[in-house]
Amino acid sequence: MNQVISITPSTMSDRDKPAVDAVAAPTPVPTMKPMAVVPPSAPATTAGPPQIAFDIQDLSIFYGAHQAIKNVSLQITAHSVTAIIGPSGCGKSTLLRSLNRMHELTPGARHTGSIRILGDDLYGPGIDPTVVRRRVGMIFQKSNPFPTLTIAENVLVGLRLNGVRDKVFLNRRLEESLRMAALWDEVKDHLHRPGTSLSGGQQQRLCIARAIANRPEILLMDEPCSALDPIATGKVEELIHELSRDYTIVIVTHNMQQAARVSNKTAFMYMGKLVEYGETEQIFMNPKDPQTEAYVSGRFG
Amino acid sequence: MKRYFHHELEDLRKHLILMGERTIDSVRLAAQALLSEDVATAGQVIALDDEIDRLEILIDAECIRYITLRGPVASDVRLITVAMKASHELERAGDEATSIAKRARKLAEKGKIDDFNHIPRMADLALELLRDAMDSFITENVDKAHTVPRRDKEVDDLNRENYVQLTDKISLNPEVSHAAIELIFISKSLERVADHATNIAEEVIFLLKGEDVRHTAEVKRSGM
Repeated sequence: MNQVISITPSTMSDRDKPAVDAVAAPTPVPTMKPMAVVPPSAPATTAGPPQIAFDIQDLSIFYGAHQAIKNVSLQITAHSVTAIIGPSGCGKSTLLRSLNRMHELTPGARHTGSIRILGDDLYGPGIDPTVVRRRVGMIFQKSNPFPTLTIAENVLVGLRLNGVRDKVFLNRRLEESLRMAALWDEVKDHLHRPGTSLSGGQQQRLCIARAIANRPEILLMDEPCSALDPIATGKVEELIHELSRDYTIVIVTHNMQQAARVSNKTAFMYMGKLVEYGETEQIFMNPKDPQTEAYVSGRFG
Repeated sequence: MKRYFHHELEDLRKHLILMGERTIDSVRLAAQALLSEDVATAGQVIALDDEIDRLEILIDAECIRYITLRGPVASDVRLITVAMKASHELERAGDEATSIAKRARKLAEKGKIDDFNHIPRMADLALELLRDAMDSFITENVDKAHTVPRRDKEVDDLNRENYVQLTDKISLNPEVSHAAIELIFISKSLERVADHATNIAEEVIFLLKGEDVRHTAEVKRSGM
């Protein structure tokens, strides 16, 4: 990962490392063909039972002696938005990061149990975490465009690091990704300005464009709106809603109203345990567990 | 910026408008069944009531879902509360129409009524008020909403006159008491329909202006 670290702004904490970390291979892959223009997975309208994006079984995660996740089992439906809520320190970010093995970047991290991603064993022998992170993009709390790169370069950096050189393809992917991130109209006339010249809300949508430029199958979002004003938050929520037609989205949020607005299913975690998981409407209208009731109604603690 | 869930409020509005139309139909058909002594039309009213009940349940579910998931404020939260209350008023008006239809069926089976007293006029007025209350909602016309409580007083007066006239009839000729008592109940039902229309209009004023006019001098009905 040395190559990745060299392009990461030195002031960033591990938590805020750019999403492109997730897609950067240690060495370019010259023979790699351009990825599919359309998202690789089938749209949500496909008939049949809903596909399972993540099948998590009896997962426990430890950081040294501290157990952050305790025997969590849940299945995350594909092409839908799943929110993970819970008080600070409940393990929700760790659970999210375990879904593309980002938690392994923390020294001393280990796990027991299993996670299958679209049927494949995420932690199976021979699975390269960087390949996993190409399939599972990540958006962070703080927008983190590369400060030395332009808007266009920010979007395409993952593809370029993966050895894609076809200019026609890259230009097309640039426009598609910015359009999908609902940013194209705002930036199309100054694609060569620095990514950091944009407003906070635009920077976060730029990071989403950067993540989806690599056409991951799944997007993980760790409090993507916590640093945004209500209007920018509204735009990002609109985007999440739009993207959920094509992508599986898992979002960690402190904002319960946001979880209620954007998600189809909600998981409530407390002290490393999954307390309750169900349809968002059920969790917020008629939670079964008294702890969930106390948390969603603001009576916790 | 229109959000992806705002169409849910549009759906809610549409369902309330539909419920209003069905309730107006129901009251109109109930009056028709009574005045033309038409048993088949009475049956139609009873069937329509099931649809009105289903719409009430649907609207309540939509409102509760929106409150739970969307965090409505300002005019959105007023629309939600108004929809819940107005749908309840419409459901009650539908129940009154059903009650009228059932009594109309009974009366038709017993023989011809030669005098409906003020009931035809009351039915026209009650329907007019219900239509205007719903129109004021659909067209967001607060002036029209304000006219409804004022006109409700005429329906109240007619109901009182009906009561006096019909009880007098019973005193003079106890043989008519069965039909007269049915007509007293029907008159009361129409008076209640007009009350429900008034309540809806008051809710529409709250929706459009944020003013709560309930129980104010403007809309007070008692003592008139």
